[in-house]
Amino acid sequence: MEKFKTIISSVVPLPIENVDTDQIIPARFLKATDKNGFGDNLFADWRYNKDGSPKQDFVLNNPKYSGEILVAGKNFGSGSSREHAAWAVAGYGFKVVVSSFFADIFRNNALNNGILPVVVSPGFLAEIFEAVDANPGNTLTVNLEEQKITNNATGKSETFEINSYKKECLLKGLDDIDYLLSKKDLIEAYEKNK
Amino acid sequence: MKKTLFDKIWDAHVVSEVANGPTQLYIDRHFCHEVTSPQAFNGLRARELKVFRPEKTTMTADHNTPTINQDQPVKDPISRNQLDTFARNAAEFNMPLFYPLGHEKNGVVHIIGPENGFTQPGMTIVCGDSHTSTHGAFGTIAFGIGTSEVEMVLATQCILQNRPKTMRITFSGKLEKNVLAKDLALYMISKLTTGGATGYFVEYAGEAIRNLSMEERMTVCNLSIEMGARGGLIAPDETTFNYVKDREFAPKGEEWDKKMEFWKTLKTDDDAVFDSELVFDASEIEPMVTYGTNPGMGMGISGTIPTLDEIDEAGRISYMKSLDYMGFKPGEKMLDKPVDYVFLGSCTNGRIEDFRIFANYVKGKKKADNITAWLVPGSWQVEKQIREEGLYEILTEAGFQLRQPGCSACLAMNDDKVPAGKYAVSTSNRNFEGRQGPGARTILAGPLVAAAAAVLGMNKLQPTGNRIVDNTTYH
Repeated sequence: MEKFKTIISSVVPLPIENVDTDQIIPARFLKATDKNGFGDNLFADWRYNKDGSPKQDFVLNNPKYSGEILVAGKNFGSGSSREHAAWAVAGYGFKVVVSSFFADIFRNNALNNGILPVVVSPGFLAEIFEAVDANPGNTLTVNLEEQKITNNATGKSETFEINSYKKECLLKGLDDIDYLLSKKDLIEAYEKNK
Repeated sequence: MKKTLFDKIWDAHVVSEVANGPTQLYIDRHFCHEVTSPQAFNGLRARELKVFRPEKTTMTADHNTPTINQDQPVKDPISRNQLDTFARNAAEFNMPLFYPLGHEKNGVVHIIGPENGFTQPGMTIVCGDSHTSTHGAFGTIAFGIGTSEVEMVLATQCILQNRPKTMRITFSGKLEKNVLAKDLALYMISKLTTGGATGYFVEYAGEAIRNLSMEERMTVCNLSIEMGARGGLIAPDETTFNYVKDREFAPKGEEWDKKMEFWKTLKTDDDAVFDSELVFDASEIEPMVTYGTNPGMGMGISGTIPTLDEIDEAGRISYMKSLDYMGFKPGEKMLDKPVDYVFLGSCTNGRIEDFRIFANYVKGKKKADNITAWLVPGSWQVEKQIREEGLYEILTEAGFQLRQPGCSACLAMNDDKVPAGKYAVSTSNRNFEGRQGPGARTILAGPLVAAAAAVLGMNKLQPTGNRIVDNTTYH
């Protein structure tokens, strides 16, 4: 996994609540046997017409909006456990997703793919949407080391939660399997005592 | 320290605690299917690892499989490649419990686990599928995981997880006649919303839960994820033990007696404290349907779709987007709605009891001509039982055909897609936009409402006494 560095970026706003994993990546795209190419089908049914042409009113097709940060309404990633949703978000080029609330499995999947889910207060989220509405070029700064997110349009910051283990994994680019493999002796001892 | 049932099972599976981090949890049973596993096996290959405990993983193809002509090669080359990859991985990694298409034990992963006795009280169970919560019906900690976590379990039989908070939901009183487990679950989700239990592991309790059969308990636990819960469980009792006994992979003889001693201890201590407690009156529940595009948007079948003033201001744009997708307006009655498709099946309602309920209703009646009905058993064992119990003849005489087992129109990865704009009354678990096919409109319901809709169409159902779908008794 790539090491996570401080990000200063404009954002792509998606002010919709309960964005489920079937919207992030519809099931018909889950037939692949590798992790590549899912970014092209991120939000496929909102993004493309039936003939494959882009839907002009969807935010990903609006050239005004771009950046490494996706900002979404509350309860982002509800539904299925498909990690393809995280691969699609990462594959598109997002490194951070900001919302006021995330579904559990999506959050785990995101972290396991080097994407940082940042939970902010509803008020802070509303201010991000307002700032982007006023000027699509407005940026956020996401500093994982300090667990701090700043809305550079207002200068306001919030701190966000992440457990210190996952934080270190992201900063160092390590994953859980490396950790678990180093604990094989504990696993065998557990099995003997069971 | 008094413990909840969840605490007892969790604590018994802790291998280690990561300082200021997650718990390293041992997994007793891993279920695996073709869609969320190929990248995990690729990961093992890349790291030159073997599967650590192959006998603790059960593999079945279900998500991306046709429900007709399973004896013939799968037509779609991409789907066929995924199934072939699944088989190659099973062979290369010497997986002993592999049930491909056509195998007598093949079927939907959360149906074949319990019916073969893999699922047993007190276990930790994971699968790369969010409806793994189904197995909680046996008093297990069972939850869905992503593919990176599938790789962890294959490599080490462990997973790193943050300990969830605990919630108890008690259903006091009795369910009315003709009100099913699916109605109870949709009612609960409509009260909690799709994120209302996020971060929690739920224990279901109370008289109405105790009275449920194993099949019904599985339906309730299955839907835990639809309110965001990590999982849901029910303390095992005689109903549970009777179901597990004599199943192929269940313990036998002395081993059974030993397990029973342990299983009987699997309950929440009297004074144990939950992080959250909710109580519902089961007798208040009527048959449920959904009207929107998430499972939290549910209501009693005789009710009306909420008006805008009943919706939080912040949620109104999402609410109207949802109703527009469904082609519904605030304040309308669901009983006025036409239906085009009916789907009976899935890990939520594809068990034998669901087919009994459906068949019992349609017996002597006829399927409505304008309705396309897909009846998909959850497994070959369910299919066999449908035939043995004479349900097959009842269904056929009423104009229904039986398809072959799989996840089918629940997620429409195969050809079982509802066309754009059409309405499906579906016994599955998700009514998300496009879930049953691009543009498809899903109305979630239990097997009884589905049966009535298949015979009459939703717009001909009449509520009687606000409680039942018509004046016949089915259950």
